[in-house]
Amino acid sequence: MTTTQQGTLRSPVTEQDHMLGPVGAPITLVEYGDLQCPHCRRAHGVVPRVMRRLGDRMRFVFRHFPLTESHPNALHAAEAAESVAAQAGEKGFWKMHDLLYEHQPEWEDAPDDARILELAREAGADPDVVASDLDSARYEEQIKENFMSGVRSGVNGTPTFFINGRRFDGDWTSVDTFVAALEAAAP
Amino acid sequence: MPDPSTILPAGTPAPDFTLPVTPDQTLSLSDFRGRPVILAFYPNDFSPVCGDQLGLYNEILSEFHKHHAELVGISVDSSWCHGAFSSIRKLHFPLLADFEPKGAVSRQYGVYRGHEGTAARALFVIDGDGIIRWSYLSPVGVNPGADGILEALEALDSHAGAKA
Repeated sequence: MTTTQQGTLRSPVTEQDHMLGPVGAPITLVEYGDLQCPHCRRAHGVVPRVMRRLGDRMRFVFRHFPLTESHPNALHAAEAAESVAAQAGEKGFWKMHDLLYEHQPEWEDAPDDARILELAREAGADPDVVASDLDSARYEEQIKENFMSGVRSGVNGTPTFFINGRRFDGDWTSVDTFVAALEAAAP
Repeated sequence: MPDPSTILPAGTPAPDFTLPVTPDQTLSLSDFRGRPVILAFYPNDFSPVCGDQLGLYNEILSEFHKHHAELVGISVDSSWCHGAFSSIRKLHFPLLADFEPKGAVSRQYGVYRGHEGTAARALFVIDGDGIIRWSYLSPVGVNPGADGILEALEALDSHAGAKA
């Protein structure tokens, strides 16, 4: 059997990433997520608890991985989150990220972007600007770059987590297991 | 006769085969001669990890096509089952039925799991001359992703470039 090293993060975390926690933290958790994915929504309930447990020892990075064949509204949700980030900064991005997951059932099957735009307003952005950014696909290329960096790193579905650059194939649904895996990766 | 459970390594000529792709059509490996082919063996239609794996490949078919490569899925399920699975998951690539005699092609490639009666989760990248250039056997519960496939396709491209 021939094999290369599978599941290694190929695009290092940079200032362009959406990041929570101290830049110099010894533990970096990167999530490739799809805002319309129900499993990612579940992970959204777990990650903040993990972060509370590890405090300043970890930072969390979110990268887009919209699976558009199965989640037709995922790309617009991701683009809207980027539009909010451009208008309202990183705080706005995370607010939008949280709102999209919390209200996922209200927009996942929607025939238009109305609910996503309302959430963008709530996150501090001008919904007309978001709508025009969606029309012009202004952030689509950026999201595709996120997506391909994930593919090249061995993302195999959503969510996929990398702990200090290695794909985590363990159980993220349990806070204890997740915290133990993160702690084990600390130098 | 090759060992049915030892995966064929890189450098081996890929055994040719003809399998049903729909209830009344077949597809042969030799139909792809001149182009790279990705063979994705997987245990069963509808099992969760397979769905995610094939769903991911479905999303990045255009990346495979950039290397002029075609993707084919293979499991021991029948073509009727493949049809239902493919339409529910909106898959845009063919699924071949290694159904009768059961698992014959999986055995030839050394990726048959006799105790389960299914193919293993295994990937092959075959070049335009029909030679296996990369093979990978994944733990059955772990979705292997696409990074290895893309690397193998890039290596093929650079090899072809060096020859030209």
